[in-house]
Amino acid sequence: MHLLWTIPALPLAGFLVLFLTEGRLPRSVVSIIGAGSVGLSALLTGYVVWQFAASDATEFVSSSWTWMTVGNFDVSFRLWIDELSLVMVSVITGVGFLIHWYATGYMSEEEGYSRFFCYMNLFVFAMLMLVMGDSLLLLFLGWEGVGLCSYLLIGFFHKVPEFGYAARKAFVVTRVGDTFLIIALFLLFREVGSLNIQEGLLFARESMSEASTINTIICLLLLGGAVGKSAQVPLQTWLPDAMAGPTPVSALIHAATMVTAGVYLIARMQDFFMLSQTAMLCVAVVGLLTLFIASFTALVQSDIKRVLAFSTMSQIGYMFFALGVGAWSAGLFHLMTHAFFKALLFLASGSVILAMHHEQDMFKMGGLRKKLPVPFIGMLVGSAALVALPLTSGFFSKDAILLAAWKSEFDYSTLFWIVAVIAAFLTSLYTVRMMVLTFFGKPQSEMHELKRDSLWHPNRIRTVVPFGLLAILSIAGGWLGFEFTGDLFDDKGVHAEFHFDPIALLTLAIPLAGVVLGYFLFASDLIDRRRLIKNRVSVVLSKFWGSGWGFDKVYDTLIVNPFRFIAQTRVNRNDIVDLFFKLIKFLASLFHHILSMLQTGHVRWYAFTMLGGLLLVLLTVMWI
Amino acid sequence: MSTFFLLIPVLLVAGVVAWLSERVRSTLPNWIALITFIATTLWVIVIWLNGPNAEGLYAEWVKPWIPRFGIDFRFEVDGLSLMLIGLTTFLGIVAVVSSWTETKTRHGFFQFNILWVMAGVVGVFSAFDLFLFFFFWEVMLIPMYFLIAIWGHEEKEYASMKFFLFTQISGLLMLVAIIALVWIHYNISGTLSFDYDVLKNAEIGGATARLLMLGFFIAFITKLPSVPVHTWLPDAHTQAPTAGSVILAGILLKTGAYGIIRFVVTLFPEASQEFWMWGMTFGVISILYGGYLAYSQIDFKRLVAYSSIAHMGFILVGVYSFTELGTQGAIITMIAHGFSTAALFMMAGALQERLHTREMSQMGGLWVRAPRMGAVTMFFVIASVGMPGLGNFIGEFLVLIGAFQKSVVLTVFATIGIVVAAVYGLSLMQRSFQGVPNPDVSQMPDFAFREMSVMVLLMIALVWVGIYPQSLLRMTESFLSGLGYPL
Repeated sequence: MHLLWTIPALPLAGFLVLFLTEGRLPRSVVSIIGAGSVGLSALLTGYVVWQFAASDATEFVSSSWTWMTVGNFDVSFRLWIDELSLVMVSVITGVGFLIHWYATGYMSEEEGYSRFFCYMNLFVFAMLMLVMGDSLLLLFLGWEGVGLCSYLLIGFFHKVPEFGYAARKAFVVTRVGDTFLIIALFLLFREVGSLNIQEGLLFARESMSEASTINTIICLLLLGGAVGKSAQVPLQTWLPDAMAGPTPVSALIHAATMVTAGVYLIARMQDFFMLSQTAMLCVAVVGLLTLFIASFTALVQSDIKRVLAFSTMSQIGYMFFALGVGAWSAGLFHLMTHAFFKALLFLASGSVILAMHHEQDMFKMGGLRKKLPVPFIGMLVGSAALVALPLTSGFFSKDAILLAAWKSEFDYSTLFWIVAVIAAFLTSLYTVRMMVLTFFGKPQSEMHELKRDSLWHPNRIRTVVPFGLLAILSIAGGWLGFEFTGDLFDDKGVHAEFHFDPIALLTLAIPLAGVVLGYFLFASDLIDRRRLIKNRVSVVLSKFWGSGWGFDKVYDTLIVNPFRFIAQTRVNRNDIVDLFFKLIKFLASLFHHILSMLQTGHVRWYAFTMLGGLLLVLLTVMWI
Repeated sequence: MSTFFLLIPVLLVAGVVAWLSERVRSTLPNWIALITFIATTLWVIVIWLNGPNAEGLYAEWVKPWIPRFGIDFRFEVDGLSLMLIGLTTFLGIVAVVSSWTETKTRHGFFQFNILWVMAGVVGVFSAFDLFLFFFFWEVMLIPMYFLIAIWGHEEKEYASMKFFLFTQISGLLMLVAIIALVWIHYNISGTLSFDYDVLKNAEIGGATARLLMLGFFIAFITKLPSVPVHTWLPDAHTQAPTAGSVILAGILLKTGAYGIIRFVVTLFPEASQEFWMWGMTFGVISILYGGYLAYSQIDFKRLVAYSSIAHMGFILVGVYSFTELGTQGAIITMIAHGFSTAALFMMAGALQERLHTREMSQMGGLWVRAPRMGAVTMFFVIASVGMPGLGNFIGEFLVLIGAFQKSVVLTVFATIGIVVAAVYGLSLMQRSFQGVPNPDVSQMPDFAFREMSVMVLLMIALVWVGIYPQSLLRMTESFLSGLGYPL
């Protein structure tokens, strides 16, 4: 199916055109190329999905040229898609297109408009290669490519040094994860003799035993890669800082697509993970830890985008958790619904931020509900899905995960379930807090400065339409999910039928309880919030949570600062090895000076040394 | 195609003509050098398209030189040699263009030196007689010395002398090893010959082989260079004029790598195989130490120079893995690093010409002033950081996946090098082109046609190596199968 190649080729072409024209095209043309290329890809994806559903095939393949061959190491540029890839491709091109569309309006007043879409198109291309490649090396190409675009886009406003730092931090921290991934590739090649994904899975199914240590190591290395890209503990520290990028970037890269690449990687390598209980447990624990830590942290942030960043971390934690407990379909289902509602939340928050003249502090907002009705409704819909209110998309997927956790066969499944449910409760709390601080209560800053017109007036179609579509998806995406992800894996996950047993009711009720408590805590006057804030325990806790549980501090003290110290304090700028050669030079010139001192030009000195030399010779001869 | 070797006399004669032509017009030497390099590059491409003969050779030419000692003019070009000769002539274009307006004095003698270095390098890459090889090894040294000593920057005397001494002393070791090898072979077989193919089959083993191997090895890792004999490189690269740095990093370092691949591991296979752990360890140390020192630098050019040490470490790791993948990776790294570093040195030169400084503290925010230069630098930084789809990644990936079969631990350490590369590469980008625009730099002309055309060529070359490395891998297939390595 050669049509397959056009899906990634279109954004690539868009990138090339924008790259080669060096920003000389008018903005309207840039919009058409930038968003249009992704839109066309989305249409083609729709066609492919339709074809796929109509045919009996379980995979579509499209080959092109050989990338490299050395002996029997053989990698080609070959696309290979099945249902799992199709879900990913649909999310990437679909949500990607909506965000591009929105960005044509959102970014319309920024400098570097063409450069923005240039990077965005390259990102979509790389992300598509990540999910469509038939070999792990092609996946790695996409993997590094999205990392690069993430770096470029976080640092998009390159005049601000802090943004540059955030960009580099994101790149370097994810690269630590990438190192694990690439070592996994080496190991897989050594064991399997090929980097082709399907051959690898076949090998795992047929030739590997459950007790295989090598397999566990492979899985843990893959998990290391996934943890970096998906901002999970312990490599999660880059994501909050990554919010320095323009908001559409946060929506597309740091919420909907790139950060879920780790989930895709693990799902793709399912057969390896299924063999190793240890690896599965690690995946679940990583997800759970992240979920837990990030939820608490989100509770005390004041920057609206950072709340969403920590929320993203925790939602991806749910996905990891789902994979770990064996609810593969539910994990992927949540990936999809999360892409919808989190993209919506980010876009809505972006328009709030833009209207507030780039103010991101929620404590300086308040009461925006009436002034910004469209973002408000968007946020409301997105939040409903995030806290998993019944019948929203997030409800279906999160419920599926929680129920699967209860039923999983791990020894600690009850404990897991409790932690996950507590986190769901926390999700409700921080979401309500965010909504209340931003949209309710009294305005905290001078409202007449609000930039209402810029976003919602002239560019209305460009922003409202994609916005509305995402809102619809956030609500209705749940039903779509059943169609799409229901039978992705043979694990009975999503279809976990809803019985009215206590556990199911509890799972349903806890987010609601969170919302109610959140209302009392943050919105009503029943509780004296000032006293609560000033309480010594809460001061300590909020400081600890607010710093992301101190991970940054630990890394800075243990790794970053020592490295910088030695590098920057001239301890070794001049290369100690060179001292050895400098010593040789020093000795040579020392002897040179000693010897030249002997050349005095005085006859008596020469006569004296001749005598001395003669004596020395004589003595030596006599001695012997 | 024996006419291929007219390449060397053509370069030598063009050098003399360029020197003399200065009397006619001061810009004429530039044009002569440029046209010579373009013509020779096209020539190499023609030879490449013609394909090799049955023995895998693209060209061959043998004539006796000093028959009494078994010394011949023995030129052979196989895929490996042709690839590197192509790189040489192509980077010749880059070198000439990058120094087009940089040199203010003695254009003629400058171009003479460039052309003669290149002639020497082409000789090195095609000589299959050890004496002839050594001859060309020296030919390329002297003009390079002049390039640094005459047209270099503030510490040119120190740097050029250091470069000369390191190369000369290590070259002396090689000469001793060559003569000893020939002599021992003469004692065993009774024939006096400097012919590579004859000596390759010399049955020398044990301690003798190990000693001779070390003679070659030290000479080549000094040129490569590897830690601990790398300290000439940062000085020489930083002080050399732009064309000199381009040639040094792009090509001269590769003669060291070429020497190891062509001579050390094939003349002394057993001794080298026993030595694998040392070879790989030197490589790993170079990767980490070079990368680390690169991060410590405040001088744009010096940072790039140290990054070269790190990249060359990958070559050692690949070759001493004694796997087909590793060796192929080392070869691809040679080519890709040639392109990416040439571009970065050219950028350093362009910045120095515009700002009269190499210190990154004097830069910052240059993207605003010269967006094209920013984008180009970003591209090559990304390439040297090892982004898949560009050439350097292919080399490093093949090196590492090959090395992994040999030693897991050393490979893991080498892989950490790619994180370090990200750290210094991005910090280079940040300190020069990103951040708050430096108010002292009010105006800076962006790249125009002359510089941009070369940069575009280099970009295309890197993308080509990155997405179709097969075209290069195919060229060295027969050479590698001759080595009989495992995958």
